[in-house]
Amino acid sequence: MENLKNLHDVLIIGGGIIGTFVARELSKYDLEVGLIEAKNDVGDGCSGANSAIIHSGYDPLPGTLKAKFNVLGNLMWDEIAEELDVHFYRIGSLTIALEDNQLEVLNSLAHRAKENGVEVKLLNAKEVKELEPNINPNVKGALLAPTAGIVDPFLAVVKAMENAMDNGVKLYLNNRVEKITKEENIYIVKTNKGEYKSRVVINAAGVHSGEIANMIEPIDWKVIPRKGEYFLLDHFMYGFVNHTIFPLPSEKGKGVLFTLTTSGNLMFGPSSEEIEDLDDVSTDKLTLDSVKSQALNLIPNIPMHKVIRVFSGNRPTTTRHDFIIEPAKSDKNFINVAGIESPGFASAPAIAKYVVDELVNDVISLKEKNNYISHVRKHPNLYDMGLENRAKFVENNPEFGEVICNCEKISLGEIKDTLNRNCAPTSIKGIKKRCRAGFGSCQGGFCQSRIIEILAEHYNLSPLDVLYDKEGSNILIDTIKEGK
Amino acid sequence: MKEFTCIICPRGCQLIIDKNNNVTGNACPRGKEYAINEITNPTRTITTSIRVSNRIDTLVSVKTNLAIPKNLVFEAMEIINKLSIGAPTKIGQIVLKNILDTGADIIITKNID
Amino acid sequence: MKTVDLVIIGGGSAGMAAALQAKKEGISDILILEKDECLGGILNQCIHNGFGLTEFKEELTGPEYLWRFVDQIHEEKIPYICNAQVIDLSKDKIIKYSKYGLVETIKAKAIVMATGCYERSAGAIQLPGDRCTGVITAGLAQKYLNIKGYMVGKRVVILGSGDIGLIMARRLTLEGAKVICVSEIMPYSAGLNRNIQQCLKDYDIPLYLSRTVSKVVGKNRLEKVTLSSVDENMNFIPGTEMEIECDTLVLSVGLVPYISLLNYIGCPIGPTKGAIVNNYMETKIDGVFACGNCLHVHDVVDFVTEEGRNAGHGAALYIKNLIKNDGEISVIPGREISYVVPQFIDKKTNENVTLKLRVRKPLKDQFVVVKSGDRIISKTYKLGVVPSEMILLNLSIDKINEINEELTVELEGK
Repeated sequence: MENLKNLHDVLIIGGGIIGTFVARELSKYDLEVGLIEAKNDVGDGCSGANSAIIHSGYDPLPGTLKAKFNVLGNLMWDEIAEELDVHFYRIGSLTIALEDNQLEVLNSLAHRAKENGVEVKLLNAKEVKELEPNINPNVKGALLAPTAGIVDPFLAVVKAMENAMDNGVKLYLNNRVEKITKEENIYIVKTNKGEYKSRVVINAAGVHSGEIANMIEPIDWKVIPRKGEYFLLDHFMYGFVNHTIFPLPSEKGKGVLFTLTTSGNLMFGPSSEEIEDLDDVSTDKLTLDSVKSQALNLIPNIPMHKVIRVFSGNRPTTTRHDFIIEPAKSDKNFINVAGIESPGFASAPAIAKYVVDELVNDVISLKEKNNYISHVRKHPNLYDMGLENRAKFVENNPEFGEVICNCEKISLGEIKDTLNRNCAPTSIKGIKKRCRAGFGSCQGGFCQSRIIEILAEHYNLSPLDVLYDKEGSNILIDTIKEGK
Repeated sequence: MKEFTCIICPRGCQLIIDKNNNVTGNACPRGKEYAINEITNPTRTITTSIRVSNRIDTLVSVKTNLAIPKNLVFEAMEIINKLSIGAPTKIGQIVLKNILDTGADIIITKNID
Repeated sequence: MKTVDLVIIGGGSAGMAAALQAKKEGISDILILEKDECLGGILNQCIHNGFGLTEFKEELTGPEYLWRFVDQIHEEKIPYICNAQVIDLSKDKIIKYSKYGLVETIKAKAIVMATGCYERSAGAIQLPGDRCTGVITAGLAQKYLNIKGYMVGKRVVILGSGDIGLIMARRLTLEGAKVICVSEIMPYSAGLNRNIQQCLKDYDIPLYLSRTVSKVVGKNRLEKVTLSSVDENMNFIPGTEMEIECDTLVLSVGLVPYISLLNYIGCPIGPTKGAIVNNYMETKIDGVFACGNCLHVHDVVDFVTEEGRNAGHGAALYIKNLIKNDGEISVIPGREISYVVPQFIDKKTNENVTLKLRVRKPLKDQFVVVKSGDRIISKTYKLGVVPSEMILLNLSIDKINEINEELTVELEGK
């Protein structure tokens, strides 16, 4: 009996956009579901360091899984964003031709869009300049895809997990999978922390999905992660760029693009380098310089003094160059969801639905819950309230009037709200991802010491034990002054 | 001959002192005095902090009210690190008299209610 | 709605001086809004000495300096509210602030912005390398050390030789850390000479010039940094790499005026990254004044105090309706000058004006020349000029009254 106590129906490995969306999708049914994540928070891999674009779906080659799930997934985002209380805006994308001979490529892309069933419009130079006054004046034309959107990538993952947990899914953080075995039709997933049992296992381990898949059977594909380095600029950039702006796509990907975050920050990147170390998220000057010069080609007057951060993320590209969404050859109860690179965010809702409705449903019976909670508890978002309502709200909830992060105007109440939910943050970065405290121009210079105190108090820790990010990322290392 | 930067004021004159204690490069008389001290008996003021005994996680800033010999700075720090004081504190309040027989006192530099 | 003649946002050195000056000039309805729990701003954590030589002719620590002003604020019974965070500001000078949850709305006749500055972060300088902890700005390290009583590292490299970086080299050393070196990307230090002497040389801490961090390495916490020499275009020179094992990199790589509230009201910003102002420290938004480090980053706090007084004076004139605004003379930074404050002078002013400026690079034997067209208004000799030191130039009323065209300030070799 002891053996069956921690038995899951489905165990998901990996807490990125795919793992958490699959978890949420599964939480609609009467199942014991668990999610294992190696890091101390969800969404800290590729999902937390990408362009966060909900692509329209015109670009992937017709007939690929990328094309199929992108187009389907894009349509699902309005509803998901509303349910998860996550900012999502359809700002549209422009793919830019800078030379006359590129106009032909735009035409063929428009044709591809039609095949994929995506609405696009070809624009001439004048129309592009009207939409994007800062674009390279040599622009010759562009392909407008109005359904492309942007989403908050951190909250999309966190809120999907929160909602899944509201519906009973268990989250096991800091668990790195070491070995998977099967005994009497039950998988035993051994991690550095313990053993987890499950009837079905879903591999959504991002750049590590190859290693996990190999624990079951030899595979005919391989993850070759590609690192992408980005620049992030401060907000108050409204109107500088109005759409996601792509150069013409190339073999290596979508190229150095410009996009906005849902908070109005301007972002450009990524580079695209194959790397060996799956967890290498470093940046280097040569690459950043090259990203910058490619970016300047699209928009010549980037206000570089507004840069607040550079970062990199590793895309889980595989040798198949398409999404891999299929059971293991030897066992239908082990499902690989791998190679989810761009357009992964756009596709995630459709992938999650397909994985559950088709692949999981094929091996265990799904019975809908009657008490499924479709919406996360709404955030008290002071910005969206308007001043009068805000004043009233704050009067009743004094902690929301105590501003902790001055750059982003984030209050103690908002920080505490993130701590008192499912999928709560355990680190300073976790708080930053959830409510933007420390995300502004000073990058936490003013508020970090307060946030350490808030975390220490909440978890009853010494400030010395508060982490910035992963294990071992403590900020304070000792106390000084022995006087009593 | 010895050359060094005057630390008396933000101007930071480059002082040159020869073996007869003739000082050049100074913009004011204090520079001359500093230069001579610097080769005979260099001294520094310590500014640091001590714990406030009746407040949680609170420090109060202190300093030596006179400059003390430079070679005693770390020894003095060891003594200061062990000091504490109860709030309220008042600027100028003496925490420790005559540290290491230098004639300098450790005094509070911040008011805490 | 509650009305107040003069609201001062920020109760640091600039804000307190502005309040005291306005009070002196007959404005009694004043309110200082301070976001922290006490007046004084950043000086609260600057426990080292060296403040007040101009203002008080003696050398004080930061807290001692600020308390001289807090005492005056108390004597003058100038109202102030601590823990008051301004959450909204409009062009017609309606301010909403929140204190422990209570949101108050006040309408001011004039506003003085004195919100200070913030530190450039690792991201702002695009620091290359791993994503690890142990990289911290000097001011934040100073707060942990001096206010909270925590060490941020044991083996420390400091990037940037601005005064905060130098001061932190000494503070960390005194409190038991090993400061391995200070690295400066420019061929000259950004800090005061005296601080290089008393913070670095005193403790045998080397200062490397024309060298910067080309890579930070560390899985979770910083393990080492690579320093590289840079050429005149700030590109790393291959073959000059120097690896240093350390657990902490302290950044002292520049300060930026903190003007998020000015952005709310669309206030025009100048080359200092702060507002552009006239000689009364009035911004381009009617009745909104700015002073101190939120206007331009100062080298010495005594000058912040002086500028705060200017703004307090300007606001008092404004409230008494004594500013005419009958046309302005522009002040343009010319050859080798990075900025001049103020950017405009009221043509009809009946007061002397102090121009504050910084040079682009260190030069010896220079004249600072103020010109109007071809006419030389003033010419001041300087033995040496450095970017880290603010230059003050006084223009007398009679000189200003002679001027019709814009003014240019430039350097001229001897």
